[in-house]
Amino acid sequence: MPKLTVDGQEVTVEPGTTVLQACEAAGKEIPRFCYHERLSVAGNCRMCLVELEKSPKPIASCAMPAGDGMVVKTNTPLVKKAREGVMEMLLINHPLDCPICDQGGECDLQDQAMAYGRGLSRFGEQKRAVSEKYLGPIVKTVMTRCIHCTRCIRFATEIAGVEELGATGRGEHMEIGPYVEKALTSELSGNLVDVCPVGALTLKPYAFAARPWELRNVESIDVHDAVGSNIRVDYRGREVMRVLPRLHEDINEEWISDKTRAAIDGLMRQRLDRPYVRRNGRLIPATWAEAFGAITAKLKGVRGPRIAAIAGDLVDAESMFALKLLMAGLGSPNLDCRQDGAKLDHGARASYLFNSTIAGIERAGALLLIGTNPRLEAALINARIRKRYLRGGFKIGLVGAKADLSYRYEHLGADAEVLREIADGRHGFAETLRQAERPMLIVGQGALARRDGAAVLALSRRIAENSGMVKDGWNGFNVLHTAAARVAGLDIGFVPQAGGLDTDGIVAAAGRGELDLLFLLGADEIDTSALGRTFVVYQGHHGDAGASRADVVLPGAAYTEKDGTYVNTEGRAQVGARAGFPPGDAREDWAIVRALSEEFATAGIGPILPFNTLAELRSRLCALVPTLAAVDSITPAPWSAFGVDGPTDTQPFASPIGDYFQTNAICRASKTMAECSAARTPAVKGATGTHG
Amino acid sequence: MLADKDRIFTNLYGHHDWRLAAARQRGDWSNTKELIAKGRDSIIDEVKKSGLRGRGGAGFPTGLKMSFMPKQPDGKPSFLVVNADEGEPGTCKDRDIMRHDPHKLIEGCLIAGSVMNATATYIYIRGEFYREAEVLDAAVEEAYAAGLLGKNACGSGYDHEVYVHRGAGAYIAGEETGLIESLEGKKAQPRLKPPFPAAVGLYGRPTTVNNVETIAVIPTILRRGSAWFAGFGRPNNTGTKVFCISGHVERPCNVEEEMSVPLRELIERHAGGVRGGWDNLLAIIPGGSSVPMLPKSICNTVLMDFDALRDVKSGLGTAAVIVMDKSTDLIAQIARLARFYAHESCGQCTPCREGTGWMWRVMERIAAGKAELSEVDMLLDVASEIEGHTICAHGDASAWPIQGLMRHFRPMVDKRLLEYTRPAAAE
Repeated sequence: MPKLTVDGQEVTVEPGTTVLQACEAAGKEIPRFCYHERLSVAGNCRMCLVELEKSPKPIASCAMPAGDGMVVKTNTPLVKKAREGVMEMLLINHPLDCPICDQGGECDLQDQAMAYGRGLSRFGEQKRAVSEKYLGPIVKTVMTRCIHCTRCIRFATEIAGVEELGATGRGEHMEIGPYVEKALTSELSGNLVDVCPVGALTLKPYAFAARPWELRNVESIDVHDAVGSNIRVDYRGREVMRVLPRLHEDINEEWISDKTRAAIDGLMRQRLDRPYVRRNGRLIPATWAEAFGAITAKLKGVRGPRIAAIAGDLVDAESMFALKLLMAGLGSPNLDCRQDGAKLDHGARASYLFNSTIAGIERAGALLLIGTNPRLEAALINARIRKRYLRGGFKIGLVGAKADLSYRYEHLGADAEVLREIADGRHGFAETLRQAERPMLIVGQGALARRDGAAVLALSRRIAENSGMVKDGWNGFNVLHTAAARVAGLDIGFVPQAGGLDTDGIVAAAGRGELDLLFLLGADEIDTSALGRTFVVYQGHHGDAGASRADVVLPGAAYTEKDGTYVNTEGRAQVGARAGFPPGDAREDWAIVRALSEEFATAGIGPILPFNTLAELRSRLCALVPTLAAVDSITPAPWSAFGVDGPTDTQPFASPIGDYFQTNAICRASKTMAECSAARTPAVKGATGTHG
Repeated sequence: MLADKDRIFTNLYGHHDWRLAAARQRGDWSNTKELIAKGRDSIIDEVKKSGLRGRGGAGFPTGLKMSFMPKQPDGKPSFLVVNADEGEPGTCKDRDIMRHDPHKLIEGCLIAGSVMNATATYIYIRGEFYREAEVLDAAVEEAYAAGLLGKNACGSGYDHEVYVHRGAGAYIAGEETGLIESLEGKKAQPRLKPPFPAAVGLYGRPTTVNNVETIAVIPTILRRGSAWFAGFGRPNNTGTKVFCISGHVERPCNVEEEMSVPLRELIERHAGGVRGGWDNLLAIIPGGSSVPMLPKSICNTVLMDFDALRDVKSGLGTAAVIVMDKSTDLIAQIARLARFYAHESCGQCTPCREGTGWMWRVMERIAAGKAELSEVDMLLDVASEIEGHTICAHGDASAWPIQGLMRHFRPMVDKRLLEYTRPAAAE
């Protein structure tokens, strides 16, 4: 272990550490622009120069490996002058437009100019101007502000895996930009805004909207996919102004996907802000009393089995639990939280979790992807796979639709037949998995949400067992979910009770007129046109497919407007927090269900739910489902038999996500997401704007 | 003065044929197999004893550089890269070596490659050297056809490939690691060191980058012995060297001379002297555009070698002697060089990217007299902020010409500024 002296203070660091890290270990602040601990070292900004004894020149501390016996000085006149010099050079061609720059107040250049700059400019020549670049609907560019640190290039190339950004030109004419003028094809492009240390790349939807010091923030959890990215929600009044990533090494590191970041404008559009009741075929604004009254009237004398409930993808655990109790009180066994009809086996917890954990991908030795496109279904898990891939010695096989996943893989086939070959050891990849240390597989919803889903699940289990994926504290069997609510729903048991119907059964029964009331808790992804004449209650936050079919609409709260527990695909329970109140008459979802139960009790239909506050609800829930109480921790699930052996279809697997930017009600209400979607779709030739 | 019998480049002027047969008559490829058979340690020792220092500008001891390559091959490739991207203004020695004596270089590649256990040599030739690349290509073809390269080269049992790669015109691609990047197909942006190329170079493999002249003299050193080579010049500055003399001399030329030849003798004997006589001399840039210029007072006595020029705060560089007589507008000349360095900066490091353009613009104004006196000091301060603060030496190279000018000709600069801003005071 190298031992260095930094400003007279001895530090011992791990081998492979840089001088910059050693200086930080000694408690010295080293200014930097190009250095980013998750990106490769560029060493080009020259801000981190320090003095090294016996070296004639100051050295770039970010790039110099710490060596034993080095004597580093960070507070000498030479270092001070070097920093002032570099700062002066950075500023000579940087515009003085801080008052109109969205980075103002959180700009590395501003901060470091204050701390290390000279305070006066000696530059009397013309400043350089750089033409704007187009990077899509999320990233706004003001390239004149660029300081050429190349963090964006390195992020795009290394983390996102899209080689679309680069530096063109030379010397002071060097420009950073896309080689071809088109939107970045990455689902992680918004992170460019975070890695950019200056105001060159800013968030387009947030342009000129707010100053950081005007915003309040809460730490919360994202619901746009099942990753459970840790986010910070910045809000002003009840409007969410932006979403930023929060560091969580085991989940999202410090990145978030574009949907997480930029779909928030959907929270201000298409909102259900008051109850509605359908009269004469039209949804008419109503009061809460009228809406509840309509439901109670409908339920009078209805038997439990003729009632059903489906929970959607964005719902918190507490609301689902409340609704489950409500349905139990009504005597209905017809519950499901699997809108897509995935044949997930809720009995064995290991059968529906991402057991290896997301961070565990980095320890894996080989990977089999089954019917999944992780890039679209969980962009950050895909980034983790790429991270592991770049380290080398990681064979990846894919069974399913071919797609650009940002890493190389072997395409083994498209349907379940290949799985059977691998499970039986008749396929070459079976050997690859067996040979690998800690092999893993990921089953996507595309492979499970079909008629033979249970058989595919059983095949996947056999592959896992036959190739040693489950042993010695390692479980390489992984299910990748796309819905934030799914794992919590399965944990709670929001699934058909004894003799109950599942999603497909409920929809079919509704179509046949065998149901009297269907309760949709934020469920928009089912076929709402197939529900026949069933009386539908929709509780949710957006006027989307579910609400437009409903007979009674109960306005709920979106994820930024309520406290709630979400369990990500790993089975990790995390608690989201409220940033603002829901609009108008809308209320938090658990409270609506609780109020409805009181209404039912008054009418003598069912019991009143036994809690008055969210805390009471949560303590009941946690007593029942202990994994939900263990916030931000992983409870390894015991391995057991699951899935149903049986015949499989010949139809190829397809990812459940067609358009990444349009996967839920919030995205579909978002202008930014619509723009992203349009930018990604090939332009129609000769489009006129009114071409339909 | 170097005797004809001691010249290494006997066809520097192209008076004879460059082809293999003629080259053989001049002694090239005569006993290459035996030279290779001497083995790594013996050859490195010989090169070290000869005192050969890199001819590309920095003057790093060549034998030492060779010894940095891994001793035990690990079964994977390693490379010798020849830097033939001769772009330093004033320099044209490698060009003549390649077009008139290509076999000296190619034989050198084979021998130096064998020492380093290199799988292949890449000769990265400047893109503008079109005819030279043609000659070099043809010479490589000849050598292959004669069994001198390729599998079992020269019957030595050693396999060595030689590839000629043409650059695309960036000055910075002549920097050691910039060249490697360019060769890999990327933008020629110099790499951070460490790791040095001998550990992680071309395609991530051990690589040595040498100048054309350095490689081309190795076979002759081995044939005639290190003592012969070390017999020229002063200690630590030994051997013969091709000097390029240009500018205000009667007969600009390339000439092979002993190291440590007095500058005045070099010019007067080989280039016909300064135009209008030695007294008409104003200043000389002794080693290519990036080294600081020297005034006549120093040129009178200075010796042309690494140490003597370093002692007068200049450098031997590529030994490209640029002579400027009293008709020269030195300030405008340095402004032009500043523009060159601004134009050729790769743009990677902040000080060089931003500072070179700044210095150029200030220099242009100073050349026209349109600057304040205080700006000269500011310019020097800016130069010091660039020098030594960048990844490669381009930052240094852009600062040195300006520092050289101001060191020796500050009164002239001040006078020009005063003449413009305060004509009366300047009288």
